[in-house]
Amino acid sequence: MSKHTIAIASGKGGTGKTTISVSMALALAQSGESVSFKDADVEEPNAHLFLDVDLKKKSDVSVLIPEIDEAKCDGCAECQKACAFNAITVMGSLPLVFTELCHGCGACTLVCPQKAITEVPKIIGRLDSAKVDEMSFSRGILNVGEAMSSPIIAKLREENGTDADWTIIDAPPGTSCPVINSSRNVDYLILVTEPTPFGLNDLELAVGMARALELPHGVIINRANLGDREVYDYCTREQIPILLEIPFDRKIAEGYAKGQTLIVSQPEWSEKLVELAFDLVGGRS
Amino acid sequence: MKQLVILSGKGGTGKTSITASFAALSKNFILVDADVDAADLHLVTSPEILSTHDFIAGQEAEINPDLCEGCGNCKDLCRFDAIMEQDETYTVDPYACEGCGLCARYCPTDAIAMNPVVSGQWFKSETKNGPFYHAKLGIAADNSGKMVATIREQASNAAQENGQDLVIIDGPPGIGCPVIASLTGCDLVFVITEPTPSGLHDLQRVTELAHHFKIPVLSAVNKADLDDEMTEKIEKYCEENNIRTLGRIPFDPAFVKSMINKVSIVEYSSGAGAMAVRNIWQKVNYQLELEN
Repeated sequence: MSKHTIAIASGKGGTGKTTISVSMALALAQSGESVSFKDADVEEPNAHLFLDVDLKKKSDVSVLIPEIDEAKCDGCAECQKACAFNAITVMGSLPLVFTELCHGCGACTLVCPQKAITEVPKIIGRLDSAKVDEMSFSRGILNVGEAMSSPIIAKLREENGTDADWTIIDAPPGTSCPVINSSRNVDYLILVTEPTPFGLNDLELAVGMARALELPHGVIINRANLGDREVYDYCTREQIPILLEIPFDRKIAEGYAKGQTLIVSQPEWSEKLVELAFDLVGGRS
Repeated sequence: MKQLVILSGKGGTGKTSITASFAALSKNFILVDADVDAADLHLVTSPEILSTHDFIAGQEAEINPDLCEGCGNCKDLCRFDAIMEQDETYTVDPYACEGCGLCARYCPTDAIAMNPVVSGQWFKSETKNGPFYHAKLGIAADNSGKMVATIREQASNAAQENGQDLVIIDGPPGIGCPVIASLTGCDLVFVITEPTPSGLHDLQRVTELAHHFKIPVLSAVNKADLDDEMTEKIEKYCEENNIRTLGRIPFDPAFVKSMINKVSIVEYSSGAGAMAVRNIWQKVNYQLELEN
């Protein structure tokens, strides 16, 4: 376990999670800290596009799905009754498994009176890793067509691979299961937003999630000079700290379009992000 | 009746702004906000809510401490690490519980109840442009895929009943469960992207998903003038992969201004951004008529 774990999330997509998380991880690593950086946006992982990396497959991620031995099955449909996810239906006298609905809970296997069900792994994605600029980088990626990203995020967070002092997590957008899995039990949750009505609405949802999970949290306002003051008023009213404001700057946007992260297009952010990271975990010890 | 879904893979490329504009330009349709995790479409369509409905998608285990004898069987069986133990007292972590019911089924003292969970509300609304189905998922609730399926079913039933010939769906980012639920059964996917490496990468994955379900894909690049070279690269990728490109939308501050004024850009501005969106809608509309 790392000493410090910080996740970067946002209700709304496209607010700058990846550029900020990559920048913070790199800035910490370049200042001599040991860092493990994890891209947990497994549906659309993008952090590698901003790092000069040679990704190597580390492991497959699979879930267990039922396989039915037709010779033993007598069509009693106990498995169908036990499945809370409607992933098994008995058609005629044989059960049909809808693997994309299966959560891998194992209920069908246990209830089958004929012992006709065994569980077999089904690959839904993989973990990749790479070494960049003295920090370790890993990511999960969901196979196209698969629905469930949570098992991949869980495995990404579990795997250590490093005894780095810092773990920085780039979380997916939204506020439901994949985000919760990416940010549970972290030391600090940074919420990135933009000062627009959509940004505010989704920030309120993300703050609701942070409070429900009892995570310390604060806000980075990106493209701070576009939009209006509503996000600022909300943060003041709710006593949520504004950690940083990053103005919209065509140079940052064009740098991003070329695959450059914030601290490459504007190196002055490097020190600010390192200081911020230390502040969030209680200062330099 | 046709169903059109607006997707992007990457978040923040303009799905909702585009959807609201399509809705303002379209006739005889029903609008659906399928980004139930972080729904924003109601902010630019001023809906009047006609009815509110609880959404019950799943169940959650609850251990009765008076009946629990602390055998730990439930903790051994649970695949989701949802049973917590402290000093031989067992409790359920509601955020980890997936509601499979295995623990309750095998509890020797019947101490575990499976309770239905209200994971949010969905709404049937009316906007000045037409009927609107949207939802609010509870804080930190799951089952967003089922919620999407629920409101889509409501919307398409209503469309069939009332003779609307189009359902326009604002999809969520990503390619997982709620996106699949937004996409299945649609006639056409419109992907809006931006000229960045992430924009291209995510367009590739989301169109791969659409093609996996055999749904034709149209696309356009938003904020195209931020990087002409990348825009060309994306259009070339589309051309080579059976994705029709319908045009470029320039970076236009009127997008944010229209949002602040609670309307779509085509209702707010007649500038370059709005013009581009209008032109794209004409082509989408034409394509919808061809999909028979």
